[in-house]
Amino acid sequence: MTDALAKNHADAATAFDVDSIRRDFPAMQLKVYGKPLAYLDNAATSQKPESVIEAEAHWYRESCANVHRGVHALSVKATAAYESARQKLAGFINAANTREIVFVRGTTDAINLVAGSFARNRLDPGDEIVISGLEHHSNIVPWQLLCEERGAKLRVARLDDRGDVDMDEYARLLSERTRMVALSHISNALGTINPIERMIELAHERDIPVLVDGAQAAPHKKIDVQALGCEFYAFSSHKMFGPTGVGALYGRLDLLSEMPPYQGGGEMIRTVSFDKTEYAEPPARFEAGTPNIAGAVGFGAAVDYLLKVGLDRIEAYEDELLAYATERLLKVPDLRLIGTARRKAAVLSFVVGDVHAHDVGTILDQEGVAIRTGHHCAQPVMERYGVPATSRASLAFYNTREEVDRLVAGLGRIREVFGG
Amino acid sequence: MSDLMDLYQEVILDHNKQPRNFGPLPDADHQAEGYNPLCGDQLKVYLKLAGDVIEDVHFDGSGCAISKASASLMTEAVKGKTLAEAEELFGGFHDLLTGDPSVRAEAPAKLGKLAVFEGVREFPVRVKCATLAWHTLQAALAGDSEQVTTE
Repeated sequence: MTDALAKNHADAATAFDVDSIRRDFPAMQLKVYGKPLAYLDNAATSQKPESVIEAEAHWYRESCANVHRGVHALSVKATAAYESARQKLAGFINAANTREIVFVRGTTDAINLVAGSFARNRLDPGDEIVISGLEHHSNIVPWQLLCEERGAKLRVARLDDRGDVDMDEYARLLSERTRMVALSHISNALGTINPIERMIELAHERDIPVLVDGAQAAPHKKIDVQALGCEFYAFSSHKMFGPTGVGALYGRLDLLSEMPPYQGGGEMIRTVSFDKTEYAEPPARFEAGTPNIAGAVGFGAAVDYLLKVGLDRIEAYEDELLAYATERLLKVPDLRLIGTARRKAAVLSFVVGDVHAHDVGTILDQEGVAIRTGHHCAQPVMERYGVPATSRASLAFYNTREEVDRLVAGLGRIREVFGG
Repeated sequence: MSDLMDLYQEVILDHNKQPRNFGPLPDADHQAEGYNPLCGDQLKVYLKLAGDVIEDVHFDGSGCAISKASASLMTEAVKGKTLAEAEELFGGFHDLLTGDPSVRAEAPAKLGKLAVFEGVREFPVRVKCATLAWHTLQAALAGDSEQVTTE
C-alpha cells in the first residue's frame, strides 16, 4: 500500500461513525446472558438494519401481490418494487444490463443454476472443471455432482501455508480440457482475498468461462462485474445485511440467452401447450414460480443501505479493524491463526492450544461473544491445515474495537476453565 | 460463569486431558465410527464381547472436551457390564441430559460418575457431543458398518 493510499484508508476509517451505524441495527442492542451481544459471526450471516426490516414489512403491508401477471393496481406496484430491486442490484455490481440479474434463493442456488444450465451442456467425458482449495462446500458439491453425471473431472488448485491459492498450480491446471472455472472471491473460512482479476485473466487466455462465488465479497468490497469480466457472479442477500432466502446471479446476457431453463413452472414461459413450451427471455426464464418478492425488495433496501454507508469506507474501516484484531489475537498465548494470506478480509480463523473449537465457542458464548466454530462448510480447508475445526470471528462494519477486546478477554477464560 | 463450571466439571476436564481406554483395541470383535458434522467430532468405539458381557472397550478419535470425556467415562462405565445393563445406562444417561427433571430424580445415583454430565442440560447444543460415543457404541453392537452421525 502506498503512503497516500494508507492515509486515505486511515481518513476514511476515522471519519466512520460506528456508533451511529450501530443504532441502525436493532440486533446491536441485544443482550445474551445479561451481556451486550458481540456479534462476530458475519461470514455466516449478517444482521439487518431497520431500513431493510422496514422495507420488507412495508411491502407486505402495502404492496403485497404477485408480480408480472396482474392487471390490478397492487400487482403493478408489487412488480415495480420487485423490478426496482433488480435494477438496484445491477447498479450495485455494475452489470451492463438489468436483465443480467437473476433472482435466486442464494449463492448455492446460483451456482447450481450455472452448473445445471450452463456447464452441463459444455461437458463431455474426460473434460475438467477447475476450482480452488479454498472453496465453500457450495462451490464444490454442485461441480462434483455434475462431473459424476458427465464423467468429467474436478481439478483443485492447492493452497500454500498462508492460505493463498498456489497460482502456478492454478495456471497449470487450466488446459484444453478445462470447460469451467469456479472460484471464491473471498474465502469464508480463512478470509483470503483471491487475486480474482488475474485468475479470470488466466482462464480467459484459454477461453474458459469463470463463475465467481461472491458470497463473502459482496458485503465488504465494491464489485464491478464488467471490470472483472467474469461470466457469472453469485451472491447472497443475507450476508450483505439483507433478508435470508434470496440472492442474485449475475450472468452475461449473451450466455443467459443461450442457456436452457433451470427449473420449469410458471413465470419462466412465453407460451405453453401440451406439445411445446416456449421459454421466456432471461431473467424470467430462470425464475420459475412466484419469487421471493418481499426478500428481493429487502435485498434492494440492503443495497441502498450499503451504498449510503459507502463500500470504500466500509472496506477501509474493516481493514483497520482486522489489523487491530489480528494484532490482539496474536498476543493470546497458544493461539494459532489459520489463514494469513497476503490480502485478507476481516475473517479470523484460529485454534487455541489443544482446546477444541466447540469448547472455545461455548466459553465465548457465555461472555456474550458470538463466533462460529466448526468446519465452516469448508472441510477440505480444515484438512489442509490438519485441524478438525477452527473458531472463527468474522467482522462487519458495525463491529468495534471494544468487541474485539471482549473476544480477547473471553479467550482468556479458556485458561481459567481448562488450566494450562 | 457458574453455568460454565457446571458444564466443565473437574472429572470431565480430567478425562478430556487423559482419556481412559484410548486407542484401538487390536482384538476387537465389534467397532463403529461416530461423527458429529456440526463440529467435526469424530470417534471410533472398539468392543470385545464375551457372551453378552462387554469384556473390553476402547475409543479413539478427536473431539471437544465434552465428547471426549463422555467417551472416556462411557468406556469405564460399560466395561464388565452386560449388554442389557449398558443399554440401561445409556437410557439413564440420555434422560439425565434431555429428560423431564422430575422423572429423572433418582437417575444420577444409578449413573455413578456419568452424573457429572448433568450440566450439559443447560447447553442443548452440546447434548450431541455428550451422546456421540453412546450412539457409536450402539452402532458397534448392532454391527452397523455405516458411520453413525448425530444429525
